Amino acid sequence: MTTKAVDWIKAHVLAFVAIVILVFLVAPNAIMLLFSFNQPANKYNFVWNKFSANAWRHPCASADMCSSIKLSVSIAVIATIVATALGTMVAFAMMRHRFKARGFLNVLLFLPMAAPEVTMGITLMTFFYNTTGSNSLGFWTIVIAHVMFSLSYVVVTVKARLSGMDPTLEKAAADLYATPMQTFRRVTLPLVMPGILAAALLSFALSIDDYIITVLTAGNEVTFPMYVYASFQHSVPAQIDVIGSTMLLITLVGIACAQVPQIVKSLRASSAG
Amino acid sequence: MSATTADKAVPPAAAAPAAEHKRRLNRTPYLLLAPGVLWLVVFFLIPIFTAVSASVQTGSLDMGFDVTWDWSNYTTTFSQYSTEVWHSLEYSVICTVVCLVLGYPLAYFIAFRGGRWKNLLMALVIAPAFTSFLIRTIAWETILSDHGWVTRILSDTGISNLMVHLGLLTDPHQLLNTPFSVIFGMVYNFLPFTVLPLYTSLEKIDPRLHEAGSDLYCSGLKTWRHVTWPLSLPGVIAGTLLTFIPAVGDYINAYMLGGPNTHVIGTVIENEALRDVFGYPIASAMGVILTAGTLIIVLVYVKKAGSEDLL
Repeated sequence: MTTKAVDWIKAHVLAFVAIVILVFLVAPNAIMLLFSFNQPANKYNFVWNKFSANAWRHPCASADMCSSIKLSVSIAVIATIVATALGTMVAFAMMRHRFKARGFLNVLLFLPMAAPEVTMGITLMTFFYNTTGSNSLGFWTIVIAHVMFSLSYVVVTVKARLSGMDPTLEKAAADLYATPMQTFRRVTLPLVMPGILAAALLSFALSIDDYIITVLTAGNEVTFPMYVYASFQHSVPAQIDVIGSTMLLITLVGIACAQVPQIVKSLRASSAG
Repeated sequence: MSATTADKAVPPAAAAPAAEHKRRLNRTPYLLLAPGVLWLVVFFLIPIFTAVSASVQTGSLDMGFDVTWDWSNYTTTFSQYSTEVWHSLEYSVICTVVCLVLGYPLAYFIAFRGGRWKNLLMALVIAPAFTSFLIRTIAWETILSDHGWVTRILSDTGISNLMVHLGLLTDPHQLLNTPFSVIFGMVYNFLPFTVLPLYTSLEKIDPRLHEAGSDLYCSGLKTWRHVTWPLSLPGVIAGTLLTFIPAVGDYINAYMLGGPNTHVIGTVIENEALRDVFGYPIASAMGVILTAGTLIIVLVYVKKAGSEDLL
């Protein structure tokens, strides 16, 4: 066989493998979307029975579920704001300043990413038991936990953006008699913004989907992941798939919107060329 | 790196006022760092010490706990729950290896053959992760069910029998509630964590190195072994770590896709911590063991792989 033929086969074997793995990754989402239109024969929405848009028409048939979503969203919003603010400050300090104990800081930031979730959950729960008592577990302890495990990811994301920035731009601003504050507001911040937004998005996604740390710090509160986990023991309604599909659609629309400026740019470039 | 260059950028002529300026500004980094560092120290570092101290306490929620230096929580973990500890280790190691074997070709394909579709393909890898992973795991319950076509095809083709021989299944007509379904779910959930860092490090490799390899009469496989693989090692290490760490503490796949015979250490920790009044010191002890164990494994692995700068 010629090398060309061998290359052709090799390239397509790789493509085939890649497509199979991608299908494997996407399959549960397709099932989720499909089963949100199912009318389950019993309490568990596991087996296809017949088509029905009932779950989409009455997403809040279970009031408990909708209040758990409200709780999850409010926790995620607060945790995202706090974690993004604190993490961005740390990232700026690390990239723009000299300070002592940098090694300690690196370890401190790395450890939360290297510790299994369940151990962070159990240690934090023990901490609250021993300091504020078991009755203190609730909304704010969940927020505290979520900020704690998102912080490192925010720092890493914002730092990556800062390190990719051209440092001469800030120097140019200073050369043009901009005060440090002006330079920060007009030059640095707009350039770092995509990194900060990405970090915020990441910590929101981490927070809204977290189960393990949340269940150990939640007390009597029930977040949406906790609702889904518990529902697995008695009934899995189709409404759960409706919520999952809605989350997916919002994400896909978001990704599409993020691509629009790039597509417009490339269209302009091609029409100009 | 760039922090030091920024500091060195002060021109020598302005050294004297700059020094004064600097002394005044020197507080800035500490003010910027303080809230974040405090948060991590108070809510991450100190709780570890609290948990260590709690793990040697005895008592109950009503009577209060006293530090009695009772080490039995640790010995109980290994005597009573050794199966669960072993399951955690076994499942997470297999999951990490399978994720690498599946994730590498995918990341390689997207990085070198993706062309203009690169970003879209990577979005496909990440996007599923943006809906609740619990719901996606429930979907596998449907796909792998006893009456589903996946189970039928596997048993018709005899693959199920092979898996029975390997100890992954006990009944060729049942995929759920087995070690196989647990590991399967874990691979599915953690594969993006392997692909992402792999893709990042593969994408940085200059494709001209491949041409150079073939110019020097290297076969494709040889080029991969001697050029691509060594250059992608940082991604391999980061990807396997990002997969192993959440996998070793995971108990959601074991709960949703597994059965009573697939309990892992996380299952026991949650049960002890939430459902048993006397359980929280032993849950702390297990948390301490899991943290220490993971840290040791990670450090040894990073040391062996020779990339301490990753930490």
